[in-house]
Amino acid sequence: MTSQELDQSVRAALSDVAPEADLSTLKASVAFRDQLDLDSMDFLRFVVALNQRLGVEVPESDYARLTTLDACVTYLADHGAHP
Amino acid sequence: MKTTFRAALREAHREALLKDPRVLLMGEDVGRYGGAYAVSKGLLEEFGPERVRDTPLSESGFVGAGIGAALGGLRPIVEVMTVNFSLLCADQILNNAATLLHMSGGQLNVPVVIRMATGAGRQLAAQHSRSLENWYAHVPGLRVVEPATVEDARGMLWTALQDPDPVLIFENALLYNLEGELAPDAGPVDLDTARVRRPGKDVTLITYGGCLPRALEAAGQLATRGVEAEVIDLRTLRPLDEKTFLQSVRKTKRVVVIDEGWRSGSLAAEVITRIVEGAFYELDAPPARVCSEEVPIPYAREQEQAALPQPAKIVAAVEALVSPHG
Amino acid sequence: MAEFRMPSLGADMESGTLVEWKVKPGDRVKRGDLIATVETVKGAIDVEVFQAGVIEKLLVEPGAVVPVNGLMALLRGEGEPEPVSPPPAPAAPAAAEPVRHLRASPAAKRMASELGIDLGQVHGSGPNGAITLGDVQAAAVGAPPAVPPPAPRPRPVDAAAAMRGAIAAAMSRSKREIPHYYLATDVDFGRAQSWLEQQNVKRPVTDRLLPVALLLRATVVALAEVPELNGTFTDGAFHQSQTVNLGVAINLRGGGLIAPAILEAQRLTVSELMARLMDLVARTRSSALRSSELGSGTLTVSNLGDQGVGLVFPVIQPPQVAMVGFGRITHRPWVLDGHVEPRPVVTASLAGDHRVSDGHRGGRFLAAIEKLLLEPEKL
Repeated sequence: MTSQELDQSVRAALSDVAPEADLSTLKASVAFRDQLDLDSMDFLRFVVALNQRLGVEVPESDYARLTTLDACVTYLADHGAHP
Repeated sequence: MKTTFRAALREAHREALLKDPRVLLMGEDVGRYGGAYAVSKGLLEEFGPERVRDTPLSESGFVGAGIGAALGGLRPIVEVMTVNFSLLCADQILNNAATLLHMSGGQLNVPVVIRMATGAGRQLAAQHSRSLENWYAHVPGLRVVEPATVEDARGMLWTALQDPDPVLIFENALLYNLEGELAPDAGPVDLDTARVRRPGKDVTLITYGGCLPRALEAAGQLATRGVEAEVIDLRTLRPLDEKTFLQSVRKTKRVVVIDEGWRSGSLAAEVITRIVEGAFYELDAPPARVCSEEVPIPYAREQEQAALPQPAKIVAAVEALVSPHG
Repeated sequence: MAEFRMPSLGADMESGTLVEWKVKPGDRVKRGDLIATVETVKGAIDVEVFQAGVIEKLLVEPGAVVPVNGLMALLRGEGEPEPVSPPPAPAAPAAAEPVRHLRASPAAKRMASELGIDLGQVHGSGPNGAITLGDVQAAAVGAPPAVPPPAPRPRPVDAAAAMRGAIAAAMSRSKREIPHYYLATDVDFGRAQSWLEQQNVKRPVTDRLLPVALLLRATVVALAEVPELNGTFTDGAFHQSQTVNLGVAINLRGGGLIAPAILEAQRLTVSELMARLMDLVARTRSSALRSSELGSGTLTVSNLGDQGVGLVFPVIQPPQVAMVGFGRITHRPWVLDGHVEPRPVVTASLAGDHRVSDGHRGGRFLAAIEKLLLEPEKL
């Protein structure tokens, strides 16, 4: 998948969790939790949504690597995301 | 500066006597005795018997003399001891003071100011406890005002003296000892508008004179129960400042009028009629009134208190209007 | 013939608007079936039936605002014979209904006509049962206009404002009527944290646990020890509940709060609690709650730890008699075996109703939670 496609998938996963959020203004290098009012359960649902969309199983120890849009794209590219 | 309603009135008289040589004060016991309610204490000594005149016990006579002095170019302040005795000079006030401008085709102004105490609550029994402001507020040709704060006690007299036509100032006798804060430079106030004395959003309490402190007390109690009452002091009973109270009722949608007069034919009735005429489609509950019970005011203390508008009655009237979940 | 009435979905609810029937006359239903969707200030709620039978008649149309306990449908019980013949029709059906004089304030009437709301369907809460402006506004929230307005207009009443009003009413009542006492204690969450990490390594992402699952489980188990915190205070008396319907305060995006309950939580394992919580949060936020989940809680938990809060002072949800709060799990200096070491610590707090319990019992409850969290594997 291209970075562009991964970017779209991450946004879609965020939308699953926070459907009312305006993602057009999301800053790619700033933590989601500071921008979207996500709590730990929302974050877990986000990880589940990534898993369902891209087949990537993220261990809990890697959660810290999924804090921003940019970081997610990088992580997912490294871990063989597939649609 | 802390002062009382009585001291503010006295200061208003001093100011008027000092500023305008045409001003004089006349009435029963206003000179040597210092006024039945001690409003004019010391003024005879300061301004002399020409300008502070004790009169015989004849309301019709001295009010008529005051009207004549006004026609002749003076600016008399006539004190009628209480509204109960004004019945003896009602002919002078209604048939002369109120009509001469009209009947002379605009040639004769009557710039007289007539002050009188009003109200009950001091165990003076039926003949000395009336609130008849509404009778005078009925009459075209008169301006009728009633201060309820020290600021208005201080400021209404001078403005009344500037009016080329007769002005009646009613003073609720329970207010003379009222204490309040007065700016050192407090001066004349307008005689045209009502004032919001406490803002609120849930219900409008409209009142005047001696009932203002009771309405404010009720509003305080209501606030602890989650009801924000807006309290309006009419100040001027004729002409009524409709604009101010209609604006408030349009906001709160509910109204209770508190009036020490008896309910039938009361000022409260007039105010509510104006609200129904001007804001019917804004009302979310029937307008309500808290007036004096329709009996000659009793002498016995408990009975007298029970006959008058009290904070508890006001709270109950409001609670009947404001639904518990509204 | 059994009656189906508008359920009370919380102490703050006065009425609900029927959005749709999920059944039609003749349908067979069993206890727990969802038979209608009702719009409330808490969003659209699916309403369950509590009796098995056959739907005999639906009495209200979608769009109608029905007061709590208002009759909505008739059910024929199992085994109850079908009416042999329809009852003779009254000569003038309209005359059979008592003519109800419609009492509404002028302001309410004007707003109703502007919004196209049928006042006959609006419940009156004003003096002598009069319909007030507030009643029309409440009916307007979510009620499709009886007559389509000529042009689309913005929703007249802010749904968020309506919810804020409902919260205000419930919380004001709580603080007015319930003598709250407050207790708090710090709990070493170290062992619980390690246990969670071990569990989560083994689990696929869809089955992972959050600390809140352990906190909820510990709360439920501790209630068995101090049962007087579990129940409701109604009609001047405490009614202890045999089951734990565990309310969970869930904040809504964009403001507001709902506390639906996880029913019969005492039967659920940590994993099951976690799954039920995830489901409940998702359905709360997408407005798909069921009637049985609202107004049925026997104890509620508020977990504000995610917001970075150290200590929660909860306000009890009437008619419940206690509420538990959990703050943020942070590393703090902790004395263990005579040595200071950094440990993850959570502050557990309790608001109790002094009409029902005392601080001594409340303290035992928090102590029980602490003890349970020290042995997470036993939970």
